[in-house]
Amino acid sequence: MSNILEAQHVVKRYAEHTALNDVSIEVPKGSIFGLLGPNGAGKTSLIRIINQITAPDEGLIILNGERLQPKHIEDIGYLPEERGLYKKMKVGEQLLYLAQLKGMNKGEALERLKKWFIKFDIKDWWDKNVEDLSKGMQQKTQFIATIVHEPKLIILDEPFSGFDPINANLLKDEILELKERGTTIIFSTHRMESVEELCDHIALINKSKVVLHGAKKEVKNRFKDDSYLIEFVGNLPETNNTFEILATEPLEDGITKAHIRNIYELPVNQLIGNLIQQVELKAFNENIPSFNDIFIKVVGGEANDLL
Amino acid sequence: MNKVLLIIQREYVTRVRKKSFWIASIIVPFLIAGVYAIPVYFILNSNDTKTVEIIDESGLFKGKIKSDKDITYQFINQPFEQAKKQLHKSDADILVDIPKDVLTNPDGVKMVGKKSIGMSTQFDIQGTIQNELRNIKLENAHIDLKILEDNKVSVNAQTYTIQEDGNEQSSSSTGAMILAGVFGMILYISALLYGSQVMNGVIEEKSNRIIEVMISSVRPFQLMMGKIIGVGLVGITQFLLWGVLTFTASTATTKLMSGKIEEKVQTMQKTGKTKDDIAQFKKDFKDKNPLSGISQTIENVSLVKLIICFLLFYIGGYMIYSSLFAAIGSAVENSSEAQQFMFPVTIPIILSFVLGQVIIQDPDSNLAFWASMFPLTSPIDMMVRLPFGVPNWQIALSLTLLILGFLGTTWIAGKVYRVGILMYGKKPSWKEISKWVFYKG
Repeated sequence: MSNILEAQHVVKRYAEHTALNDVSIEVPKGSIFGLLGPNGAGKTSLIRIINQITAPDEGLIILNGERLQPKHIEDIGYLPEERGLYKKMKVGEQLLYLAQLKGMNKGEALERLKKWFIKFDIKDWWDKNVEDLSKGMQQKTQFIATIVHEPKLIILDEPFSGFDPINANLLKDEILELKERGTTIIFSTHRMESVEELCDHIALINKSKVVLHGAKKEVKNRFKDDSYLIEFVGNLPETNNTFEILATEPLEDGITKAHIRNIYELPVNQLIGNLIQQVELKAFNENIPSFNDIFIKVVGGEANDLL
Repeated sequence: MNKVLLIIQREYVTRVRKKSFWIASIIVPFLIAGVYAIPVYFILNSNDTKTVEIIDESGLFKGKIKSDKDITYQFINQPFEQAKKQLHKSDADILVDIPKDVLTNPDGVKMVGKKSIGMSTQFDIQGTIQNELRNIKLENAHIDLKILEDNKVSVNAQTYTIQEDGNEQSSSSTGAMILAGVFGMILYISALLYGSQVMNGVIEEKSNRIIEVMISSVRPFQLMMGKIIGVGLVGITQFLLWGVLTFTASTATTKLMSGKIEEKVQTMQKTGKTKDDIAQFKKDFKDKNPLSGISQTIENVSLVKLIICFLLFYIGGYMIYSSLFAAIGSAVENSSEAQQFMFPVTIPIILSFVLGQVIIQDPDSNLAFWASMFPLTSPIDMMVRLPFGVPNWQIALSLTLLILGFLGTTWIAGKVYRVGILMYGKKPSWKEISKWVFYKG
């Protein structure tokens, strides 16, 4: 799979601080790419550079194999975190205007917009003033504005913030549908459950640097600590020479749940063999870290040297 | 470039569609036409002649006080008290009593009116009596009135400007002054009005948070210029509407008025007024009509030149100020925050307007020259000078400096704008804003 977007050694400095310090990421074509990081890490700075709102001090951005240039504006759809609309304009007029600014001609834009209005069942909004719309309605309008020109790359900055659950779900479905059609989506967030659900690649930025980067599975594997979640009936001895008990929790019907670590790196079969000699094993699962765990671990400073 | 056109179009259309635009466009010309019509109206209607009865106890004035077009004097022989009682029944409006000892006691003159006596009527009657009284006193002192009359000299110089080809051309400095004042005023108002419209537009985009979507589609400079040009065109449209409507309204008023004047002249003829009276009335009318002096000036300076210069200086001045206003708008988050930053920008506008008042008095002074060259004051002050006649090289130099000026300010404003529109949360200081100019892309 080739990359639709590459950032190579991007540096962005402001007067008092460095917003991006030697940042390199690769976004594979057709993926949903999560740009993660705490507030102020530099996510928005990177997104603004990709959108050509600002220029990097050093480094390169490659889009579709070409150096980023003004014509690429039409290939990108951007929904910023701080999003708004012209309040005094009519919905249809406004969307038409924004679509034309993205390089579409009027007729084409009108056709596409009509389709979206039918799809979202909002035909009667066309002549409404934006200020008369509810917040959820405005969000739909903004989303249409982001994607109406059918960009190859869509960048959503904290897309779920401020969305009610219904609109959030709608957005999720649309993101998946767009992916199906081959669109690449970058979204920045610090909400890990949506990363878990949607992303197949991630980059974690902390303190202006990329500290974690890769396919979701691969990243998770890197954070596996050879620990397992087991459920059993019986008594597990506190001390033994095959594993360490990290936590236990009694469940119903005399079943206990435990989190154990394979301290001597035994083959899994051998570990299970040891366990069944001591207890009646009901369940055995490898503990795959959640992105929430990884995020906290990395941003907490424990794994800064992992890459 | 296509995108700038789209932005211009949006800025223009959304503003021109507003009700307030049309209200302003329609009301102002009627105000102007009204200002023009009111004096004319009063000239025509102030002529309802008043009848004044005089009781001349001194016997000095008989046959000497003559009626004029405003007041008809009648002498009656009745005691004052009796006449006073009968005033309500008589045709006269005012009763004047001149006491026996008026020569020594001029304050003894009494005036009684059916209604309250208007100030100008009072002054007219007083003036007439005063004049006669003076003449009587002069006669008593054996001073020949004829000689005195000959000594009254009035100088009414005709003003001319010498053309380059040596020809003389009569110039109406009153007309030029009025025109200069009008130009100065329009440019002053438009710099403030449309400049702050640009600023509010920028603040709106910033506080609506649409700005980031916008500048991911167009360059900040394109957005800024689109807005400035769009609003500027709104201004030009408004001027055109004002021009056309004012012209129509004034023409209509003139038509209406000239009909009235004819009527008036006819009634004057019927009531047996002399030709001199009628000529005087027509002259009065022309003198008090503010448009006649202006049209004279326009003939002198050439209408086309005035219009072209007005447009050029309007565009230049507007560009300079509106780009500064745009920069301010980008740096703040709401209009009240903007006040503090607006002040230094409005100072040169106010200054050039104040200088304009001085320049009208002496349009060829050094001050006038420099004020009409410096790009921040030249738009207003050159237009103030223009009706008095300005050499072409000065106009060209001033325009060149103006163009350089607006290239400079839009460049700086663009830099500030580009950084400012993405700054939220803290109110910047002047020092910080000046740093933005040097930020890299």
